[in-house]
Amino acid sequence: MTRKQWIEIWVGMFVLMGIIALAVVAFKVSNFQGLQERSSYQVHALFDNIGGLKERAPVKLSGVVIGRVNEIKVDPDTYFAKVSMSIYDDFDQLPIDTSASILTSGLLGDQYIGLNVGADDLFLKEGDRIELVQSAIVLEDLIGQFLTKFADSGE
Amino acid sequence: MKQPVLNALGHIGRQTLGILAQWGRAGLFLLHLLPALPYSVYRLELLIKQVYFTGVLSLPIILTAGLFVGMVLSLQGYNVLVDFNSEEAVGTMTALSLLRELGPVVAALLFAGRAGSAMTAEIGLMKSTEQLSALEMMAVDPRKFVFAPRFSATLIVMPLLSLMFIAMGILGGYMVAVGWLGVDEGAFWSQMHASVDWREDAVNGIIKSVAFGVLIAVIALFQGEDAVPTSEGVSGATTRTVVQSSLGILALDFVLTAVMF
Repeated sequence: MTRKQWIEIWVGMFVLMGIIALAVVAFKVSNFQGLQERSSYQVHALFDNIGGLKERAPVKLSGVVIGRVNEIKVDPDTYFAKVSMSIYDDFDQLPIDTSASILTSGLLGDQYIGLNVGADDLFLKEGDRIELVQSAIVLEDLIGQFLTKFADSGE
Repeated sequence: MKQPVLNALGHIGRQTLGILAQWGRAGLFLLHLLPALPYSVYRLELLIKQVYFTGVLSLPIILTAGLFVGMVLSLQGYNVLVDFNSEEAVGTMTALSLLRELGPVVAALLFAGRAGSAMTAEIGLMKSTEQLSALEMMAVDPRKFVFAPRFSATLIVMPLLSLMFIAMGILGGYMVAVGWLGVDEGAFWSQMHASVDWREDAVNGIIKSVAFGVLIAVIALFQGEDAVPTSEGVSGATTRTVVQSSLGILALDFVLTAVMF
């Protein structure tokens, strides 16, 4: 084989190695999920305090991720925080009285939305609102309550 | 009495004007180079040759350096994290530092020293042996056939090299953490997978490496073209390429980090 062909073979191997490295970084190291999002439907919930919940936080059912938070804003009518989340289509049989609570993974971990399944025969669908909610537990409020109770019992 | 002061002022002024003129020439050089860039696709064999010279021949140093950087990161991270009983996070730490900073930056620094300096020396020598003028005499535009393939090759090679650097670094980190220090293998990968974001960490790192590629290519090619056509001038230009691109990479890295993260 000529020198020119060898150069081409080496360059081919080089580019291939680069692509393999990219694939390792994308799939083994980071959470690359392709450009298209998994097909999903939107529901929302109103919380009076979301604590440290962030967009793209996971929505979990029994600890399994079944969706993502995609928007957090203040509802202009009620002044509550309106959290929109997309739930993957595989999980389209959530009863309409499912409740949502903002939980923390571990003591200091990130916050996520945990769903508790209800018992209704009707299922949540695109655009529905989750009525039963439990807001984030704010540590400062908890300490405040504890101190008030402590002071009361001391009298 | 007045003369030394005036001389000193004149010296400062001359230096400043010299630097400004060089910046201006570099800007014009880039401006004239841009329209020639598509020609690197027409003459594919020139581009392939440059990818070989800049990329393939840089592989040994990039892969070895990546492996050792990853091993050191993992070792140092373990020593700190083990105090908090969270040595599994060493994978996350290695991967994040490599993807966000060390991969693009160290790969670019090595590339500037290994390939950028060679590019400047080659073009400087072409200029001093009047090969560039000879091409122009034959109505062949050296921008299209000398500069454009080298510029495009750098743009292609830089992100690939930094990805390989990162992959080797993570492999090195894995070997030290799991193989030697006894971190749990499952936790090592799953924690890394959970905390490294594709868009936020990986893509930003790749964007950085492309930006460094542009910087190195512009400096290396311009210094070669702008070199005084003597052996002394070429050696000075080579030194300037390494110094300026290294400083430029570190400064640009700060700016990009401030914008991205």
